[in-house]
Amino acid sequence: MISIQKYEKVQSLEQAFELNQGKKNRIIGGMMWLNMGHTKVNTAIDISGLGLNTIEETDEEFIIGAMVTLRQLEQHESLNSFTSDSVKNAVKDIVGVQFRNMATIGGSLWGRFGFSDLLTVFLAMDSYVELYPTGIVSLKEFSEMKRDNSILVNLIVKKTPIKICYSAMRAQRTDFPVLACATSFVNGEYRAVIGARPAKAKVVLDNEGILDSGITEETATKFAEYVAANIVTGSNNRGGAKYRKHLALVLTMRNIMKLGGDRND
Amino acid sequence: MIEITINLNGKKISDRIEADTLLIDFLRSHNCLSVKRGCETTNCGLCTVLMDDTPILSCSMLAARAAGHTVYTLEGLQEEASSFVGFIADQGADQCGFCNPGFVMNTIALLRENPDPTDDEIRAFLAGNLCRCSGYEGQLRGIRNYLNSLKEQ
Repeated sequence: MISIQKYEKVQSLEQAFELNQGKKNRIIGGMMWLNMGHTKVNTAIDISGLGLNTIEETDEEFIIGAMVTLRQLEQHESLNSFTSDSVKNAVKDIVGVQFRNMATIGGSLWGRFGFSDLLTVFLAMDSYVELYPTGIVSLKEFSEMKRDNSILVNLIVKKTPIKICYSAMRAQRTDFPVLACATSFVNGEYRAVIGARPAKAKVVLDNEGILDSGITEETATKFAEYVAANIVTGSNNRGGAKYRKHLALVLTMRNIMKLGGDRND
Repeated sequence: MIEITINLNGKKISDRIEADTLLIDFLRSHNCLSVKRGCETTNCGLCTVLMDDTPILSCSMLAARAAGHTVYTLEGLQEEASSFVGFIADQGADQCGFCNPGFVMNTIALLRENPDPTDDEIRAFLAGNLCRCSGYEGQLRGIRNYLNSLKEQ
């Protein structure tokens, strides 16, 4: 059970950042994961009063505040239209509606959890995170950074034309995925993102131009084999490394086939 | 200690709490005993309450964070619940009854958001409410019968 000495609802990012320098102080997002640990927290820093619970849409991008819930993502028509329902597909089986009403995008991405459906799907997009005070970095770079005391403020999804498809294998609905897979064609390149390996999501690009000649069953299979060969999988109680490797191949191939069609759409 | 005020079941309740008091403990200490402690790992839905009309898990919400918000438990929504719980009981789907308060609260949230859900929409919305008696099909039949009865009226 978590133990908290002091609760502070902050009024600014500066205040949150200052408090977050304390070794035993923690930013609280949805508190879903934090609550399950046995952490002793000195000050719980609540950023829910900073107006970071909205999805702002401009002509160029979606700016998703750190306190936006997974349910908001699931129900956002424009974001889901832009991503061919990939965001909705990535969150719809995460526990239940009540959980998704509380879990936040900030908490989900900040943890860079291996099981994360969200890290997997957003890594397939032209996406960035805004950190305080660091600034804006690509989500891929962020996913490889070590955790520090900065604050995740926004997730930014550029409206770069994209074809994207998401799927995950679960042993049982509402459980963590055994393997998650997002494939996309964005910025002139095909990418496959494999999450729940069970390590954190990894991006594999089509560096060998396997899909340059177009998507056919043959090229999709070849690319899927390339992806499976270029990821490391592991074993846990949800699945073995060999099984995950096979799932990566199958899900990548299916997703690429679904992308199909004209790459320049 | 922190002084908080929550609008609970239509009444303003103020109290002094510890920083790590969870909403479930605050509610139970104010006689909302329908809110039950189940898994405490945010998986079972037993502790579901409505905060600002949104279903949430009170086992994972700090009471301090609920300050200034409106919270409803089953104690405050008896009339709304009574419209359909009889249909669940008719199916024998309440069984041991342990999951019922959370299940009923989330069903209220479902029907407010989507008054005419399909069976798949009901299953998807209630996926976060676990029943240890595995009475899911009976619960679904009960809700379906209730919705059918509305159409027949």
